[in-house]
Amino acid sequence: MQFDPFVIPFNIGLYFIVLYAVGRSVIWFRELSRADKLRLQRGFFGPAFAMSLKEIFMESLIHRKILKTNWRLGYMHMSLAFGWFLLIFFGTVEADVFGTKHLNAPYKAIFFRFFNPEHGRSGFEAAYGFLMDLILAFILSGLLLAVLKRFWSPAVGVKKTTKLGVSDKIALTSLWLIFPSRLIAESFTCGAYETGSFLTGSLGSFLASFLPTQEMAYPFWWLYSLSLGTFFILLPVTRYMHIPAEIFLIFMRNAGIRTGDRESSYSEVEVHSCSSCGICIDTCQLNYSAGINTIQSAYLMKGIRRNEDVKDIAENCLMCGRCDQACPVGIELYPIRMMERRRKSADHEYRNLYKGYLRSRFPLTPEKDNETPSYSYLAEESPEKADVLYFAGCMTHLTPSIKNSMVEILNASGLDYKFIDEKGGACCGRPLMLAGQDREARELINFNSQMIWKSGASMLVTSCPICYKVFRESYHLDVEVLHHSQFIKRLIDKEAISLKFLQKNVVYHSPCDLGRGSGVYEEPKEILKYVSRLEKSRYEDAESLCCGGSLGNLKLSSEQRRKIATDAANELTASCPDILATACPLCKKTFSSATSVKVSDISEIVAEALTKTSVPKYNALKALSKPEMANV
Amino acid sequence: MSKNVIVIGGGAAGIEAAGQLAMAGYPVIIIEKGQEIGGHLLDWYHLFPDRRNSVEVVSYLNDIAENRNISILKNRQTEKIERNKGNFHLRTSAGDEIEAGAIVVATGFDLFRSEKKEEYGYGIYDNVITSADLEKMFRAGDILLKNGKAPSKIGLVHCVGSRDEKSGNLYCSKLCCVTAVKQAIELREKLPSSKVFCFYMDMRMGGAHYEELYLEAQEKHAVSFIRGKVSEVGVAHNGSLVIKAEDTLAGRPIRIELDMLVLMAGMEMSEGGRKISSDLHLSTGSNRFFSSIDNHYGSNLSNENGVFYAGTCTAPMSIPETISHARAAATEVIRYMKNTGK
Amino acid sequence: MSRFGFTITKARFIDYESNDRRISEYISEMEPSFLRCIECGCCSATCTAAGFTKFSLRELNILIKRGENKEINKTIRKCMLCGKCTLVCPRGVNTRNVITLAKEAYQKAENHAV
Repeated sequence: MQFDPFVIPFNIGLYFIVLYAVGRSVIWFRELSRADKLRLQRGFFGPAFAMSLKEIFMESLIHRKILKTNWRLGYMHMSLAFGWFLLIFFGTVEADVFGTKHLNAPYKAIFFRFFNPEHGRSGFEAAYGFLMDLILAFILSGLLLAVLKRFWSPAVGVKKTTKLGVSDKIALTSLWLIFPSRLIAESFTCGAYETGSFLTGSLGSFLASFLPTQEMAYPFWWLYSLSLGTFFILLPVTRYMHIPAEIFLIFMRNAGIRTGDRESSYSEVEVHSCSSCGICIDTCQLNYSAGINTIQSAYLMKGIRRNEDVKDIAENCLMCGRCDQACPVGIELYPIRMMERRRKSADHEYRNLYKGYLRSRFPLTPEKDNETPSYSYLAEESPEKADVLYFAGCMTHLTPSIKNSMVEILNASGLDYKFIDEKGGACCGRPLMLAGQDREARELINFNSQMIWKSGASMLVTSCPICYKVFRESYHLDVEVLHHSQFIKRLIDKEAISLKFLQKNVVYHSPCDLGRGSGVYEEPKEILKYVSRLEKSRYEDAESLCCGGSLGNLKLSSEQRRKIATDAANELTASCPDILATACPLCKKTFSSATSVKVSDISEIVAEALTKTSVPKYNALKALSKPEMANV
Repeated sequence: MSKNVIVIGGGAAGIEAAGQLAMAGYPVIIIEKGQEIGGHLLDWYHLFPDRRNSVEVVSYLNDIAENRNISILKNRQTEKIERNKGNFHLRTSAGDEIEAGAIVVATGFDLFRSEKKEEYGYGIYDNVITSADLEKMFRAGDILLKNGKAPSKIGLVHCVGSRDEKSGNLYCSKLCCVTAVKQAIELREKLPSSKVFCFYMDMRMGGAHYEELYLEAQEKHAVSFIRGKVSEVGVAHNGSLVIKAEDTLAGRPIRIELDMLVLMAGMEMSEGGRKISSDLHLSTGSNRFFSSIDNHYGSNLSNENGVFYAGTCTAPMSIPETISHARAAATEVIRYMKNTGK
Repeated sequence: MSRFGFTITKARFIDYESNDRRISEYISEMEPSFLRCIECGCCSATCTAAGFTKFSLRELNILIKRGENKEINKTIRKCMLCGKCTLVCPRGVNTRNVITLAKEAYQKAENHAV
């Protein structure tokens, strides 16, 4: 009977974590919406399954995305995850092939050398032992980096590393102890029996030269088992929960499940899938420009996991979406943060350890606040009929040049349009939404929807990406919503306006709500290529910066905003362009006071390029609207 | 060791400092970027508070420049300044090489670029002008709108680019209030049938006789003073300018249509000053003006031995203050030259 | 006679001695830029909500500071949080946070009172 009491801690830990993972998965599955359950079932028995397996291999083990962003950090994650996987896999094979019998209990593979100390003498066995040592060396190299990172983060190319809680520290210590204790335990055993390969063998014979290896080995096997057991038992209350959670997440995501407006088990799985790798911290402009390093998504995820009050963290964010794009695990950080903003400052229970093993979050408390409408003063309006509506947006009223340019362009297009907020209209509602005040926002949405609907228009053009995003996502309008850059692009395509080429070098800054927020990257750049020499910046498309003016942040001081704006403007104007172009009144306003380079909205550049040659004034709307309909 | 003194900038401060130094027997070289000496005075019409013609002050400066054996290098900027033991070695954009024992920095100020406050519509709307533009109109003799007509309702906006965190200038330029009052009076005199409105945050009438001028504007010229910062400017369908402001003393927003809007542009550290500050490693304050080593008894002294400040390169100043500051600078230079045996 | 001038109609004066300024103190602590306001009226002039109704952030600011809390709970909810005021404020007051904090504080005060 190959058994020794030292394997008990490991066994307890292992069976606990397996049972826990199954239990938690069942709870998560049960709490999915009906539609999501169906999606997951379909995904499980369809092609999504293969995709998920591939993704688990590439992301959970190899950590491809982290490798791409930061190879040192990626190597650290890969060596630990993939290395450990290899060690378990080849260890199991080893125990199966070389052990006394087949189909062993898991501990036999983990503590193989203890139970088979004589193993490794023949040629093939030695070669296999070499492989196992190689894998262990691979893991240890990653571990070395991890220890370095904890004490000196630039070693792995990370500027800031996440701060830890007590249980995290214990789990981290146990994780760090696992592989060195295995190395030493194996080395002592190998030293005693004169076996082992380049790592365990040489260390073993070295230790054997001055230590009683036979006696020394046993406590280290205990340490190895204890650290494994501790790690497994603490896993659900630490960030290492991301290891099982990420696998579950990948299956769910590939099945087509997405984060909604309300918290769900999907968002819970996402929160637990965060490994606190710190990429979001490095991407965050609040961190590197304004020196704020307590509010990044990794901390938000941690706070949610621990059921802490994260209101201040949730609100102190530009909502630029850069971390959302950069997250190697693919957690939808943006909607999760929005959920926390919507949460009224509920009474949070103090965290206690055992609660961490149960649910981490309470369902959103139903809104108890004042139910009387806030904007009853908005009188019903009866707008004039028009084909195209132009909604400049609040911010555009502070950049009259954009407004004037759009009027010029609209006039030149010959379209029948109406400038609906020429004398100022109601706000689009998105600023309220960003502050988590959805009910109030809904009132404004209803007011504006009524007006748009009454005008009988079939197209709504807006200059402000903030308005554009909310019109598209939350209004449910039956008119086509276009940002002015899309509208202008269409005018150019349909030759409804004619433009001359401006001899200017232009760098384009993609506004957050237009680019990352709404996926409109190409139209503005194509317009700029059409009228000017468009230069590339270091921050294109999904990697574009935030100007710092964002309405998403309620907490930022004007001084901090200025720092972000100045840093971003300096980066973007590094090539000394004639114009820093953008497609957002707020970006324009913010950058204008942060750089000496001329900042222009795309509409201003187009208005400057307008030639007076008359374009046939036909009712061009038919030709303009919904071009994709023609293909259907 | 060179006995020469270089004065950078040929405005009121530079000329006055140069004149004093020349009288004390030092050879002085002025470097002036423009074609003429006089600086901003050349563009101004009348000066507050007594409304004397600026030409008189410019001729006082010219008199100094011509009669005190001062060499003036016009149309030149400093290209390179090096320190070589006790001496300064300066090369101008025209290639002149000058050795000097001391430098007086009198680079003055630049007016805030009002187009940066886009919401005020300077450069966008026809009849939004700056205080400097208005002075030019006064000099030309006619106050006219773009369409050639005389304005009948004119608004003056105080604090454009001063006391404005959004423009990056937290400080008060301190002369715009009195300039607005002076210009309001002049507008009323030139256009007796016009109405003039001043939109202010605070009336800062700290100088000698400023308050009296304010009184005169109220009583004699019926200028309306409205306490409220203008937030936006738009255009009405009839083409007149509509401003958005709150009449904060009445506690209500005010709707007013104007023919012309004059922006009281504030004073900023000059472009030239900034270049010299980086060339000579001179320290500047959070307001970007040069900062002296002592605010009370050393306002002419820089952090570099042998470099002295005169006039508005250190802070907004009126003409009499500038002249006094320049004389003080000359005294400091003379003391420095004597102490270093030059 | 000691209250000369203040006894005719009580509603006319700000009773600084008995007014409750805790909300002002709370806002000032959470958002110190609240204290920077010089009542220039730029915010209320540009205000989107003020285009439709009587609403002045400048006035609210001073009333909150003086502890004149009456009706503010209702009035402050007229704000649409569009952010124009933040963009024009010459003093760099973080107006949107001031409003959000005030809304929260008055809501809490009301809930506790009921």
